[in-house]
Amino acid sequence: MTKATDKILQKIMQNDELEEYIKLFPSNVSASGYDPWGFNLAGVRNTIGIAKLLYEKYFRVEAFGLENIPKEGRCLVIGNHSGQLPIDGLLVGYALLTNPHAPRAAKAMMERFLPTVPFIGNWLNSVGAVIGDPVNCERMLDMDETIIVFPEGVRGSGKLFKHRYKLQRFGHGFMHLAMKHKAPIIPVGIVGCEESIISFADMKPLAKLLGIPYAPLVIPLVFPTKVYLHFGKPMYFENDVHTEHEVQERVNVVKAEINNLIQSGLTERKSIF
Amino acid sequence: MEAKKKIMVTGAAGALAKKVIDRLKRDYKVIAIDFRTTVDLGIPVESYKVDFNKRIFEDVFREHQIDGVIHLGRISASELNRFTRFNANVVGTKKLFDLCRKYHVPKVLVLSTYFVYGASPYNPSLLDEKTPIKAAELTMDLVDSVELDNLANIYLYKHPELNITILRPCNIAGPGVRNTFSKLLASKTAPVVWGFSPLMQFIHIDDMRDAICLAFEKNIPGLYNVAPSDYIAFQDAVKQSGSQPFPIPSIPPSLTEATSKFLNWDTFPPFLINYYKYPVIIDGSLFERTFDYKPKKSLTDIFNYYRGIK
Repeated sequence: MTKATDKILQKIMQNDELEEYIKLFPSNVSASGYDPWGFNLAGVRNTIGIAKLLYEKYFRVEAFGLENIPKEGRCLVIGNHSGQLPIDGLLVGYALLTNPHAPRAAKAMMERFLPTVPFIGNWLNSVGAVIGDPVNCERMLDMDETIIVFPEGVRGSGKLFKHRYKLQRFGHGFMHLAMKHKAPIIPVGIVGCEESIISFADMKPLAKLLGIPYAPLVIPLVFPTKVYLHFGKPMYFENDVHTEHEVQERVNVVKAEINNLIQSGLTERKSIF
Repeated sequence: MEAKKKIMVTGAAGALAKKVIDRLKRDYKVIAIDFRTTVDLGIPVESYKVDFNKRIFEDVFREHQIDGVIHLGRISASELNRFTRFNANVVGTKKLFDLCRKYHVPKVLVLSTYFVYGASPYNPSLLDEKTPIKAAELTMDLVDSVELDNLANIYLYKHPELNITILRPCNIAGPGVRNTFSKLLASKTAPVVWGFSPLMQFIHIDDMRDAICLAFEKNIPGLYNVAPSDYIAFQDAVKQSGSQPFPIPSIPPSLTEATSKFLNWDTFPPFLINYYKYPVIIDGSLFERTFDYKPKKSLTDIFNYYRGIK
């Protein structure tokens, strides 16, 4: 690599302002610098510069309601998922990390096939992504972590352009965990990511062949859409339901709140770019 | 003066067993057993070279009133074939347990391994003792480890008079240890699967010796993971141990297996490939709480040892 490229990379990677945030947030890393899911500060440092560029320059993110994120203690940040790639997770994570009210290194639940992908799996682990197993989520809540969950899962990330801003079916896992572990839910409506990568079709046979959840037919560009993140007020749910039907009703309450945040974001935005 | 209690330690030729015997021989009369060799551990340790599956093994119980067994003896996956290993490790252990019942041995400690959980990309972290063990689903070469663990669990509940303690440690490392990952950290060139660096746990052999002695003496029957609450990515462990990573191709996965077979390195056997790719992080907190135990040596101590011998 040339000296010039080295210099540019160094400039992107190193950032004193971001170092201050890294110093501030609480994390559960061990003596060797890792937490039990592979999160480590070196991973954050290697990624944060690029995340900053994407957040500030490329997607020019505007975040509202960051004061709703608890300064400490466990919480679940629940949002709408889209965009084929987990750019939404990265941007929400960056917003939480650089939250001027209380920076927090959030964890994000990721698709189960990702650990099988060379480099990507380890890199995602190093910045706080963890496979979406409820056992992981329970452990992390017990350790008072902030956890980003997209209950639509691949139904959301793999959806087609024509279904943008139409919330798909929500899994119930997050609600069970929130009730059992007394974790507040912070809903977040994400506007902008749904137009960043445009998918016209899902090539299911190809996906099956590759062993991945979906194989989108996309315009091979990540559009620099302007992204808005609207964090809502914390929602609390007691652990006092007896049937899955009652859980479903509570999930629908959260889903409706996210939909409200999305709709107000869509109303307020003047242009996709 | 009260006569010393007699304990049997199997696998006596191994580094861990030697350390355990050395620690316990002051307070106990130690009967050392190994199928490979008659181990000279000096007076006052009596040593036998014997196969559990031979009738003569019972003579050791006839000759000595055994008050406890520490079962560390195992033919590792790199030795002998699967069939012989199963006979020695599983059938042999059943023979040992049955003799323990027949001769009223009041406490038995069995060393298992974290390998039994299996390295799967879907593993959550901090696997506790209730997690189903999946290694046999992933590779037939670990069936003997899984079955030995199952057998010990069956005897634990079916024959409570044996007071069985089962320990499932993470990677044991340090001076004299000859398991796959220790040999790898000790070597100058260490195979790594390209693009994979799973999180791992290591426990120093001295800390493992302490854990075994503590669990044996306190004797609170049950199944326990033994691992420190410290974690490190495999490739970092390799580098910190002063080894040079040797990347093995990872795409497509069949190429990794083919390379492993071609290289035929005992530090990179085909059936352990998943352990080089996916983490198996275990939760050792139950053991720490139950036995009031904390490992003393850090990962840095372990890696400094390997760096020092190169």
